[in-house]
Amino acid sequence: MKIIVAIKQVPERDAQLNLAPGGKWIDESDLAYTINEPDAYALEEALQLKEKNGSGEVIALCAGPERATSTLREALAKGADRAIHILADDLAQRDTLSLARLLADAIRSESPDLILAGLQSDDLGLGQTGVILAELLGIPHATLIMHVEVTATSPRGTIKVKRELEDGWFQHIEMLLPALLTIQSGGNKLRYATLMGIKKAKSKPTATVPAAAGTTTPAIELTSVYLPEKQKHTVMLHGTPAEIAAQLVEKLQSEVRVL
Amino acid sequence: MSGVLVVVEHLNRSGSAALTRTSLEALAAGQNLAKQLSADCFAAVLGEAIAPLAAQLATKALAKVFTFEHPLLNQYTADAYTIALQQLIQKLAPTCVLFPHTYQVRDFAPALATRFGQVFISDVIAINPGPTFVRQLFQGKLNADYRTAGPTPCFVSIQAGAFRAETLESGAALIESIAISLTPAQIRTTPSAPFRESANTVDLAAAPIIVSVGRGIREQENIPLVQALADALGAELAASRPICDAGWLPMERQVGSSGQTVSPKLYLAIGISGAIQHLVGMKGSKTVIAINKDENAPIFEVADFGVAADLFEIVPALTKAILAVKS
Repeated sequence: MKIIVAIKQVPERDAQLNLAPGGKWIDESDLAYTINEPDAYALEEALQLKEKNGSGEVIALCAGPERATSTLREALAKGADRAIHILADDLAQRDTLSLARLLADAIRSESPDLILAGLQSDDLGLGQTGVILAELLGIPHATLIMHVEVTATSPRGTIKVKRELEDGWFQHIEMLLPALLTIQSGGNKLRYATLMGIKKAKSKPTATVPAAAGTTTPAIELTSVYLPEKQKHTVMLHGTPAEIAAQLVEKLQSEVRVL
Repeated sequence: MSGVLVVVEHLNRSGSAALTRTSLEALAAGQNLAKQLSADCFAAVLGEAIAPLAAQLATKALAKVFTFEHPLLNQYTADAYTIALQQLIQKLAPTCVLFPHTYQVRDFAPALATRFGQVFISDVIAINPGPTFVRQLFQGKLNADYRTAGPTPCFVSIQAGAFRAETLESGAALIESIAISLTPAQIRTTPSAPFRESANTVDLAAAPIIVSVGRGIREQENIPLVQALADALGAELAASRPICDAGWLPMERQVGSSGQTVSPKLYLAIGISGAIQHLVGMKGSKTVIAINKDENAPIFEVADFGVAADLFEIVPALTKAILAVKS
């Protein structure tokens, strides 16, 4: 089974974010980047499927500037067989549809059986790239997937997936391959790259392809980024731990009235 | 036609179908946007045997309620919903299509928007004049204004709690049934009936006090620290998603969009940064106290009292102080 995992590189979770001049995006200089966490779960699912099958290929695909190579190298170190890097410096100017077209172009020539992506990105959080990709490729999809099981390999590959619904509900869905799934976090335990894996990654192939220019004007435009206004007036408490504890107990007694 | 079309959602978990609260909130957002645009607001409901739902919608201030009844819409599939709504939108040509931001909408709306060459603006928290759609970036650390570039329709989903269902205006709307063409061969996925892993043994929604723990706790070995605080307060222990993903606490103790929605008298958030998915599950709490080392964490946006300090110092001190008062 040939599996492509679409990966995004995002700023690290606890990175200090500053607005860029002009107020349309964040200042990207001095930011540390990492793999988008839901995409790490997608990669993990792909690697486990390959291991269960005993054969197959896992390809890590990422669109982004030069710095994205570090995230692809990490995917290779964890066990992906090869990587495709769509070199694009203008991601901030592209909308989701334009980005999905870039990914779709790279995927078509590979004809994979399965495409996995994280359910959403930690930066933009639109949660759409996977579904749009499936639509562009004309294949079935399912989102928020916790578990994937291959139920038939002939005459056509068939999968049964466990989809998360809201409020603790789940559902199984079956579909033919090729298909696209967006993976929810928590379905598997994430692996670390081993020293051997890091060493091996150096000899694994990465194809770097230039991004085609955006052909259409974006359908939506991000006009401004800013700090959110507080929804509540937060009283911040200061002091030593004992002083703060005393203040909190006083609030719990006199204002919240739970003590 | 121009106007705002709101696609509502219904759930049937207890024997009878009902419109979801987030659908009513999306309708309130729709009425609000329609006023801004000086346009009509419409609602659409899809499914099988949905007459009671349509009748309920018809009591709202809407220009019309459209119903789609088809056996293939009985159980949700992305293909059936996308095909049905594509036909409706082509027929009505609305200016804007609104949805509640739910797991179901996330599953098909991006594909639907793609069929119209549009990009879906998901998880919107406010609609400002323009219209400008406000959504959150970086797990709620920043807000962003989005505008559509021109051609209609625009596709937008509304975050739970962003608009109030109580503000929904009443009226008397006509109901129009729309015929759709849908064949089994067009549906490429086979869903089974929804199920629960285990009956929720912990009903967090009924707990008056909740102590909730997040990534800041760092290791499973540290969980007893917050358990001790919960015990001292007589509170239920809950967690954000990453803690349950890691298996440090059972899934049934998860608060957020994929877990339980709670509104206790007191919600004590320990080492929780406050990602959107968590906040939607707890922002109805009467009082929120947050302890987190990062003073810029989004949890402080919704906290009444905040402590920007090391939880490993504050939590034991607080537990001790509470026990001292109680004894």
